[in-house]
Amino acid sequence: MRPGAGTTLLLVLRRELLLGFRRPDQVVQPLVFFLIVTTLFPLGLSVQLSLLREMAPGVLWVAALLSSLLSLEGLFKSDADDGTLEQLVLSGQGLYVIVVAKTLAHWLVSGAALLLVSPLVATALAIPWAAFPVMFLSLGLGTLTLSWLGAIGAGLTVSLKRGNVLLSLIVLPLAMPLLIFGAGATDRAIAGTNALGALYLLGALCVLTCTLAPFAAAAALKVTME
Amino acid sequence: MWTWFYRLSSPPYVYRTAAACMPWLLGGAALAIAYGVVDGLAFAPPDYQQGDAFRIIYVHAPSAWLSLFAYMTMAVAGGIGLIWRIKMGHAVAAASAPIGASFTLAALVTGSLWGRPMWGTYWAWDPRLTSELILLFLYVGVMALRSAFDDPNRGDRAAALLAVVGMVNVPIIHFSVVWWNSLHQGATVAKLGKPEMPGSMLWPLLAMLFGFMLFYGAVLCIRLRGEVLNRERQSAWVREAIGS
Repeated sequence: MRPGAGTTLLLVLRRELLLGFRRPDQVVQPLVFFLIVTTLFPLGLSVQLSLLREMAPGVLWVAALLSSLLSLEGLFKSDADDGTLEQLVLSGQGLYVIVVAKTLAHWLVSGAALLLVSPLVATALAIPWAAFPVMFLSLGLGTLTLSWLGAIGAGLTVSLKRGNVLLSLIVLPLAMPLLIFGAGATDRAIAGTNALGALYLLGALCVLTCTLAPFAAAAALKVTME
Repeated sequence: MWTWFYRLSSPPYVYRTAAACMPWLLGGAALAIAYGVVDGLAFAPPDYQQGDAFRIIYVHAPSAWLSLFAYMTMAVAGGIGLIWRIKMGHAVAAASAPIGASFTLAALVTGSLWGRPMWGTYWAWDPRLTSELILLFLYVGVMALRSAFDDPNRGDRAAALLAVVGMVNVPIIHFSVVWWNSLHQGATVAKLGKPEMPGSMLWPLLAMLFGFMLFYGAVLCIRLRGEVLNRERQSAWVREAIGS
């Protein structure tokens, strides 16, 4: 008997997380990249705390987008290379269930891990404590949305040899609203004004991509795997 | 009605129809653009605030409109190709992408030339300019994805999927950028009710818009014929058609 969709989801999720923990360097490297990029900005611009605070949301968000992109290529690639993905496609389960599981796992080892490091970066960029809750929430919603968008891009580029640059080229324009609302929310929180509007919009984007992106990514995989 | 739809999926039919339509479209475009240019540049009254500099609108606004229209054509044609597996849909999408990207570039360049006397700068991070720039990136992404595949079938379908995803995203990008920062003047023509422009200025603009649409159609026909020939180069009718 075939397992149901829920069981499949949990099984694939568990496998992905296990693989992530068995190869910790692949989880840690994007985080280190995130730290290094955010260090570059004060070095290149200025160390004045007031100026840092002003540009902190932008720096934080651009670095978060870039470091999430780094790990996106591996979302389907290694499984496609060793044939696991084909087996998953042939397993008879809806492909979108597998996409949902893999994307959630990707978010847990990249986006959620980024959340854990973000206080460090935020302190270094002189973001006040009071802005931390909004920053966490916006980064959480934003990186999850980015993972969904990235799943589409990764699905489209999975069979290409040098898909990494193309992946960024495809995903970054789609992710620009995230940057606008995410950095906007953090900016407002730093200024001490109400950031709820931007957070609601981020939430709406997250819900939209959660519902539609798995189907688009599954279709993308079907196109490129055939 | 369906026979008409089926015929559209036949490459020789598309090839001949495009050839037959092209001169009419091109002629119409020449007439409309000639009227629009003469009336718009010579006879329309100067703007009370912007003087004669506003006349660049007669190139800028149609380009910007066509950049979106060509994207929509590309996404819809690609979607048709993806859903019903009609190869000609992909041919139309592939033919439309570079034209749309050129219109986007034209809108950006004329917009920045217009911005120089009006805003005092070539580039401002204004929402419409920015979303037009992002549209250009989307076009580049679609074209790059299509050419990245060795197998043209896969490239077509991947690019079509990306175009459809982009079409869902274009309004989101547009509104996100509008709420982010605004300097551009509001919409002039597309308002419900009375347009904010007097007829003497509006008619040449509408003529230019119409002319640009026809021009787009004509170029699309030319490019589509090239696409069809290239895609069907192994088939017998192509050898007959080009007589070799």
